[in-house]
Amino acid sequence: MLSIRNLQAGVDGKTILKGLSLEVKPGEVHAIMGPNGSGKSTLSHVLAGRDGYDVTGGEVAFDGKDLLGMDADERARAGVFLAFQYPVEIPGVSNKVFLKAAVNAVRKHRGLDELDAMDFLKLFREKLKLVGMPEALANREVNAGFSGGEKKRNEILQMALLDPKLAILDETDSGLDIDALRSVADGVNALRSPERSMLVITHYQRLLDYIVPDFVHVLVDGRIVRSGGKELALELEERGYDFIREQVKRGQVGA
Amino acid sequence: MTSSTEMVLDLERRGYTAGFVTDIETDELPPGHSEDNIRFISAKKGEPEWMTEYRLKAYRHWLTLSEPTWAHVDFEPIDYQEIVYYSAPKVKPKLKSLDEVDPELLRTYEKLGIPLREQEMLAGVAVDAVFDSVSVATTFKDKLARMGIIFCPLSEALETHPELVKQYLGSVVPHTDNFYAALNAAVFTEGSFVYIPKGVRCPMELSTYFRINAAKTGQFERTLIIADEGSHVSYLEGCTAPMRDENQLHAAVVELVALDNATIKYSTVQNWYPGDKDGKGGIYNFVTKRGKCAGRNSKISWTQVETGSAITWKYPSCILIGDGSVGEFYSVALSNNCQQADTGTKMIHIGKDTRSTIVSKGISAGRGRQTYRGQVKILKGADNARNHTQCDSLLIGDQCRADTVPYVEVRNATAQLEHEASTSKVSEDQLYYCRQRGISTEDAVSLIVNGFCKEVFRELPMEFAVEAQKLLGLSLEGAVG
Repeated sequence: MLSIRNLQAGVDGKTILKGLSLEVKPGEVHAIMGPNGSGKSTLSHVLAGRDGYDVTGGEVAFDGKDLLGMDADERARAGVFLAFQYPVEIPGVSNKVFLKAAVNAVRKHRGLDELDAMDFLKLFREKLKLVGMPEALANREVNAGFSGGEKKRNEILQMALLDPKLAILDETDSGLDIDALRSVADGVNALRSPERSMLVITHYQRLLDYIVPDFVHVLVDGRIVRSGGKELALELEERGYDFIREQVKRGQVGA
Repeated sequence: MTSSTEMVLDLERRGYTAGFVTDIETDELPPGHSEDNIRFISAKKGEPEWMTEYRLKAYRHWLTLSEPTWAHVDFEPIDYQEIVYYSAPKVKPKLKSLDEVDPELLRTYEKLGIPLREQEMLAGVAVDAVFDSVSVATTFKDKLARMGIIFCPLSEALETHPELVKQYLGSVVPHTDNFYAALNAAVFTEGSFVYIPKGVRCPMELSTYFRINAAKTGQFERTLIIADEGSHVSYLEGCTAPMRDENQLHAAVVELVALDNATIKYSTVQNWYPGDKDGKGGIYNFVTKRGKCAGRNSKISWTQVETGSAITWKYPSCILIGDGSVGEFYSVALSNNCQQADTGTKMIHIGKDTRSTIVSKGISAGRGRQTYRGQVKILKGADNARNHTQCDSLLIGDQCRADTVPYVEVRNATAQLEHEASTSKVSEDQLYYCRQRGISTEDAVSLIVNGFCKEVFRELPMEFAVEAQKLLGLSLEGAVG
């Protein structure tokens, strides 16, 4: 599904990812954990195709295609979804109109008929139920005036509608209280499937209590320095990132 | 993949899709203005003596005026002696049905996507098509006539209803009003006339499509709409023009008169050739539009979507004379490439309990320049007058400009005025967010811009709203990738 090899990337001439490699197979959920500044968000934006990031080395294959050669919207249509850490507000545009445009762009790419207003509404209501979101919220302008929890839930709603092959969840837990976190995680879990891979990027182990990953990777200074099962997250929580840093320094683990 | 600067440059590379020229022999006056030429126009149109005199009076006054310079627009001086003031297709327009219309002409309309026949049959819209300076087809006339509604070319109204024309022509925009209005009064060649009798609700949207064609022909339309007591009318005006190198002057005058309890809704979608990416060519749209709410509880509502023209100088206004009368102005104006728009409205409150609403949405892209200029004036006798003004600007890219120039003059302490203004930008973050959802940059810009304008689009008649949204998307296509 996703194969990252020796990826080096940065912004404004500053290298942030310094040779990152990762293999994600269909249906797998990988957690990427790391301290602030380790390159977590850079990874998500480089994969999603945000302007302003320079890839200086390495390659990324998605579904056998060269991901880095595609524009952001092409990647999205091909099935890469990024749940934003800070979802953007688009005043004046209703969530429904926005999502219909997105769903139809993706459907068109997949060779499916575009949905008309009625069919879209049906699909929309179905997905609303799945992520436990009230319809009133969905009729509001995209993310405008949404609380932190509502914004994150809206991201999951979009993911449900767009049905991606790869979902990248960028610090989806940030700014959420425990109830909101649980509700967002329930939505994500409902979307787990053998065809869909997920990359869960987080600073804290807390989220992984709810979205239980198959693999955990520790990102430090632009490289994955340790990989393991879900218990690695618990170890990190207990001993902290400094412990890993020390290990890296002593050469006990390697990139 | 693109920064905002690049996206603006891309936007500028886009061509104008409605650029084509219809070849029809024209019967035209040599360029230039003179009393003789004005007499020629008047004679050509078989006008009564008083009309000729009115034109000459306006012409003599115009000679004493100079062009206004207060608007935020720059352009090379216009040589008014270079302009052709009269041109008419040689195929004469006394036609009973569309079958008799020059097929070349019909093809032109089809290219524009406004086949008259289809409009007539499907939309139930009566179309008075203005091609260059002479009307070629007027439809649904009989149906309207049975209700006592007069909807015809102004020149025809001069023959059939001279007393109405004489009473109201120049009563809202006098020939002394401004430079361009004076010129129009002297040389106007065509336009529409509408009269809705007492208590009649016009059963269909009245529509005129204007199209400027012959090179160097300035078009001087004059429209006069009178809604008698208790009547109601909705008038649609839409236009697009073929590509031209020379700047084409368009100085129209529109006058609306609403008597007691009458309502006039006037909607415009304007898509004239805006010039190329360097600002070469394009229409100069210097228009005077004004409505007089003469009667009690009368209402005049202007809605405009202005996406075309190199320069727009336009302030559809309302004079609220009747007690309890209402004026509205809803506007979307787009300036792309080198387009300049100085547009807004005037709401003059004279009667008691008069109300006005102004909603202006300005969009600047490329090196476009956009000025909202609005005046709200509350006179001494206008007790309990109310105005709400909202003007929002949206910037796309970093080479464009938007200004807001509101003038407020209040001479009555009971007045209540509200003014809201905002300026926002289509941000890289918004575009990235949309693109990450699979929406192309172009569609994203269109989505955001249409969202920004929806308060105004809501005011447009349904079929026009769809057209306007498409037009806006089209005008911004290529904007960003």
